[in-house]
Amino acid sequence: METITMTLVQEPELFLECYSVTPDLFAGKSLAEIADLPAHEGKIQWKLGDFFKFEGKAGETAADTKIVVNGNVRRMKRFGQQMTAGEIIINSDADMYIGGWMKGGKITVKGNADSFLGIAMEGGEILIEGDAQNHVGSAYRGDWRGMSGGLIRVKGKAGNDIGTAMTGGTIIIEGDAFIHVLTHAEGGTVIIKGDVEGRVGGQMVKGDAYILGNLLYPLPGFKKVATVEKEVDGVTYTFDQFIGDLGERKEKKKGEIIYGNIFLKK
Amino acid sequence: MPKVIENVGCPYCGCSCDDVRITVSDDGKDILEVENVCAIGTEIFKHGCSKDRIRLPRMRQPDGSMKDISYEEAIDWTARHLLKAKKPLMYGFGSTNCEGQAAAARVMEIAGGMLDNCATICHGPSFLAIFDNGYPSCTLGEVKNRADVIVYWGSNPAHAHPRHMSRYSIFPRGFFTGKGQKKRTVIVIDPRFTDTANVADYHLQVKQGHDYELFNAFRMVIHGHGKDLPDEVAGIKKETILEVAEIMKNARFGTTFFGMGLTHTDGRNHNIDIAISLTRDLNKISKWTIMAMRGHYNIAGPGVVWSWTFGFPYCLDLTKQNHAHMNPGETSSVDMAMRDEVDMFINIGTDAAAHFPIPAVKQLKKHPWVTIDPSINMASEISDLHIPVCICGVDVGGIVYRMDNVPIQFRKVIEPPEGVMDDETLLNKIADRMEELKAKGEA
Repeated sequence: METITMTLVQEPELFLECYSVTPDLFAGKSLAEIADLPAHEGKIQWKLGDFFKFEGKAGETAADTKIVVNGNVRRMKRFGQQMTAGEIIINSDADMYIGGWMKGGKITVKGNADSFLGIAMEGGEILIEGDAQNHVGSAYRGDWRGMSGGLIRVKGKAGNDIGTAMTGGTIIIEGDAFIHVLTHAEGGTVIIKGDVEGRVGGQMVKGDAYILGNLLYPLPGFKKVATVEKEVDGVTYTFDQFIGDLGERKEKKKGEIIYGNIFLKK
Repeated sequence: MPKVIENVGCPYCGCSCDDVRITVSDDGKDILEVENVCAIGTEIFKHGCSKDRIRLPRMRQPDGSMKDISYEEAIDWTARHLLKAKKPLMYGFGSTNCEGQAAAARVMEIAGGMLDNCATICHGPSFLAIFDNGYPSCTLGEVKNRADVIVYWGSNPAHAHPRHMSRYSIFPRGFFTGKGQKKRTVIVIDPRFTDTANVADYHLQVKQGHDYELFNAFRMVIHGHGKDLPDEVAGIKKETILEVAEIMKNARFGTTFFGMGLTHTDGRNHNIDIAISLTRDLNKISKWTIMAMRGHYNIAGPGVVWSWTFGFPYCLDLTKQNHAHMNPGETSSVDMAMRDEVDMFINIGTDAAAHFPIPAVKQLKKHPWVTIDPSINMASEISDLHIPVCICGVDVGGIVYRMDNVPIQFRKVIEPPEGVMDDETLLNKIADRMEELKAKGEA
């Protein structure tokens, strides 16, 4: 795998939209061609080369390209948007839409990520070593299809709207989360290792939520049915299993009603 | 002889009452009497003929004072700053006509900026829920003529929409509701015992911020899981939930009116989303509709005008010039202000300085700030440029959309102060000036 390093040399005045920073767009290009790729700051269209210095070499294909971002890119959004393969490592905090609509490859953020992390993601892997804000792996406004595949792991805490309208894939929040986990979900798995304030699985048709900490305000729409042992992220725990949302429509498979599940650690 | 003008529209709340009677003086400059209006509406008409109206734009001077300038200077200053800014934001439009809102769309398309309306701090979450889950709504006329069960959830019309209950929901006698309030059941769901709750048959004092749980409980009952309910949900006893759910199920025609209590507590759009889901569930067994208690008389207007212009009702990002983008959280005014993401601010037909959080106002104040408003308000007092305009519904007419998205033609009742422009003319002049500057290459 070839590595290309981009180092911040000029901070934007407002926020910069780095939608061009993906292995797909970098692959097969020379450093000069990459520096010529567009980036928006408000209505001004700049070139990536106006803000970053590029070193190294891009691979022939996206899968063969690794991008390392150095410098504080806290005020830059849309890294790795729609990427299909390859790798991005961001050595600082980053702003919104990291890995939005991503189809494959891997993104690592060494700091915190802002909202809309991995929205409508279809595949690949995102690792956030710090915290994430709201709308992790959720759907774009008005879309019924949230995250449908891949893995998002946030080592810190997250805000609200985790996996809204999710249909597949896995989200792991190692810290606490606020409200609305798997709201409107039709599949997928969310694991929260810390505490959750409430509203887990509201309007959920299908899907699995695992809560290892406390769930402060459980929804009335969930009913306890069993105590089960399950392996979560490599460790086996005993859980109380709740089914629901009993106030939402349900599908039938082979004559049996399919419920969404909340597994609360005992 | 004083002239009486009938069926005038009131430029205050989302009720957009269009049965106002105004008596105007001989010279057409003074309002002598205002009838069929609430106390707040009366004040707006009275303010229209006040002798203290601002008549010329005022520019902030280096010493902090304000100096009168001509409209031409104000238009040129605004056009140049809009072209210079990387990401200007125009916000407001609660209190202007659709013609002005369409002209604003033209201005911000040329300027390549952000365009937002008061929904962003009001019923914006309702839009998001409507995107997700549809809008089984009706007109206020249908409520008046058909509804026998009325739910006010997180809204207090007794204070915010003074004539709503008497004109549309509880008290009027309609075609199928000849007995008025005697045959209507009123349910108010609010953490406070409001004046609206005072006239209700049922007041459910929900625990603040837990409306979502209560909606979930009602939906469980409708889906046949009433027996699985916990003894108490969100501070409401199981028996009460079952009793109220039974009333909802047996309604001939029910309407839920919801307000800020749902849109601006935790969960926001999800509270509306589940309210819409409950309405859908109820429609399997009865007839139910739902409606947002829009705040201003034409705050539904920008949603309609910009949806047909750009495809989105609010929080528009027009910076890319060739397509519009919208994602509240990123493109919403308060979020952008808090993140210091815009470098110019135009406040029009509202008062952002009074309504936004103070840290957001402080961030916006770092950049050029223009206020376009007939009155002196907090925004006009901290802005760099204040441009006075006509008051829609008083000295300029126009189309407005009522809270149920019904368009109403508002009328001009008195002559505006001499030389004062209306929003549409002013904004079109700013757009023309920008085009001129661009053609000259001065942009």
